Amino acid sequence: MLYLKRLVVELGGKTIIKGLDLHVNHGELALLMGPNGSGKSTLLHAIVGDKRYRVVSGSVVFEGRDLTGLTMEERVRLGLGLGFQFPPRLKGVGLRSLVLRILEKRGLPEDEAKEILEEYSRLLKMEGLLDKDFNVGFSGGEAKRAELMLTLVQNPRLLLLDEPDSGVDVENLALIGSAISRYLSSNGRAAILITHTGHIAKHVKASEAHVLIDGRIVCSGDPEEMVSNIMEHGFEACVDCRRAKR
Amino acid sequence: MNLEEARRILKSRAEKALGKPASYGLDLDLSEFKPETGFGTGVEGSEKILESVGIDLGEKNRSGSYYQVDNKAVYVSAKQSGLTVKSLSEALNDTENLDYYWKAVPVDTDKYTAAAFLGEKEGYFIKVDDGVSVTTPVQACLLLKTPGLIQAPHNIVVVGENSKMHVITGCATMREEAGLHIGISEFYVKKGGVLTFTMIHSWGKAIHVRPRTVAHIEEDGVFISHYINTSPVSSLQTYPVAYLDGERSRAYLSSIIIGRGASHIDVGGALELDATEGSGEILSRTIGFDNSVTVARARVVGSAPGVKGHVECRGLLLSNTSRIEAIPELEARVQDVQLTHEAAIGRIAEEELLYLMARGFTEEEAKSIIVRGFLQVELSGLPGNLVKYLEGILDSLAASL
Repeated sequence: MLYLKRLVVELGGKTIIKGLDLHVNHGELALLMGPNGSGKSTLLHAIVGDKRYRVVSGSVVFEGRDLTGLTMEERVRLGLGLGFQFPPRLKGVGLRSLVLRILEKRGLPEDEAKEILEEYSRLLKMEGLLDKDFNVGFSGGEAKRAELMLTLVQNPRLLLLDEPDSGVDVENLALIGSAISRYLSSNGRAAILITHTGHIAKHVKASEAHVLIDGRIVCSGDPEEMVSNIMEHGFEACVDCRRAKR
Repeated sequence: MNLEEARRILKSRAEKALGKPASYGLDLDLSEFKPETGFGTGVEGSEKILESVGIDLGEKNRSGSYYQVDNKAVYVSAKQSGLTVKSLSEALNDTENLDYYWKAVPVDTDKYTAAAFLGEKEGYFIKVDDGVSVTTPVQACLLLKTPGLIQAPHNIVVVGENSKMHVITGCATMREEAGLHIGISEFYVKKGGVLTFTMIHSWGKAIHVRPRTVAHIEEDGVFISHYINTSPVSSLQTYPVAYLDGERSRAYLSSIIIGRGASHIDVGGALELDATEGSGEILSRTIGFDNSVTVARARVVGSAPGVKGHVECRGLLLSNTSRIEAIPELEARVQDVQLTHEAAIGRIAEEELLYLMARGFTEEEAKSIIVRGFLQVELSGLPGNLVKYLEGILDSLAASL
């Protein structure tokens, strides 16, 4: 579904991603882990075509199509959906109206849009927040649930989720995890999920985990094993592991 | 005192103020405009623009109507008992109504009030008796048709004790030629009364607009005013003042100002919190397009214990050649007051734009969502279908960027 080949990405003139290869198949959920500043968020923003991030070389191929040169809007239309780590607060823009605008943009008729809105509000327990301005005064867990809701109603085939689990309590973690799992249970969908803490790993079924350090994937393997290793030894272990591999 | 005597005293004061410029805004030479009645024919041919400023010519959801073309009243109706809608000239036949005549707006405020008085012909008089709740809004339409005219309606609204009324006023012109609109509005809200006043302006780019508004609110009374200006004007200056005379009285003034073309706009508002536990809020949203210049003023004065006032001025610049100035002012005259303000002017944040584009919107769609959010104000106290109508106006404003 998604192939990244020797990808190099710059942000503000600084090279962040330094030749990265990654492959995600249909039905897979790839966990992306790594220390702060290793380039995880940059990678997701570059995949979705955020113009602040410049792809210097390499390629992003989605469903057999090279995305180089496509705008963010075009990539979203092709089926990419990015859930932000820190979505902005949108004063005066109600969550309900934003969800309905996204569904309208997808070309859905009004009654169907309302059904989807209700379904996701129930699933993510958003009923009480629909008439509030998006992200204004939301708690950590509410902000993460709202962001996931907006990403999912876009109906992307490839979910790019940037730390949907950070700053979230256990209860919210379970809600978020089950919503992601449910979404991915439909055919033809896949996800790359950045997790800093690995907490979400208990609530979703990941197919593979990758550790990103200094713009490169240094380690890939069984998610459960890797998460527990990292929990115990930190990312230092991955650095050592990379040295050992050499 | 009869009308003649009252007018004689007012006349000598007005004449002395004819050369007095307004405290704010561009100074105009009044000799360039004609203080005549105008053609004053009906509203036919202007249906569409009147609809765009909230006038329901079918009067389906209206308790009463007043239509004025140029300086002539062309239609008056009142459909509920306890509600009076009259032209000013007719209302002044009753000496009782002189209690409200130039009692809130000083006739010598500036040359505009003076000129309005000296050329005074018409305006509306809307009164609801004590204890009456007027269910659907009363509408007033002021249409400027004759080029070069001073249109100076003098409007009086009286809300009796424990009464409730919604008034919606739409002012418009279809003319490209110059003209001057001076609307004198005097509002009196008695004990426990509630008045919501919604005014929508759609003028032409050669029209100068100088509304002069003062409201007096008695004990437990509520005055809510929403003002929306959507179209280009040559110049617009207004500074409504609400006097919260009675204990626990409340006022809320909101204005949405869209600066387009070369408009020169100076819109303000003041609350005088003169009685214990009065409270009020002034809120403005200003958007600067093209070469427009907009000054948003707001002043709250706290003169009695336990009063609360808040000012919120927000501006959004959508062009590098437009200018917005926000001037919030607070003045406390006794210790036990709570006065606050916030003011912010900016452009559309790139972060918000990119976020919405990642949600699948085009740049234009993303901008319009952000602008619509910016224009979102609490349309409190208004009946449901009026809220829907105003939200529709704001939706189409944001979508038409």
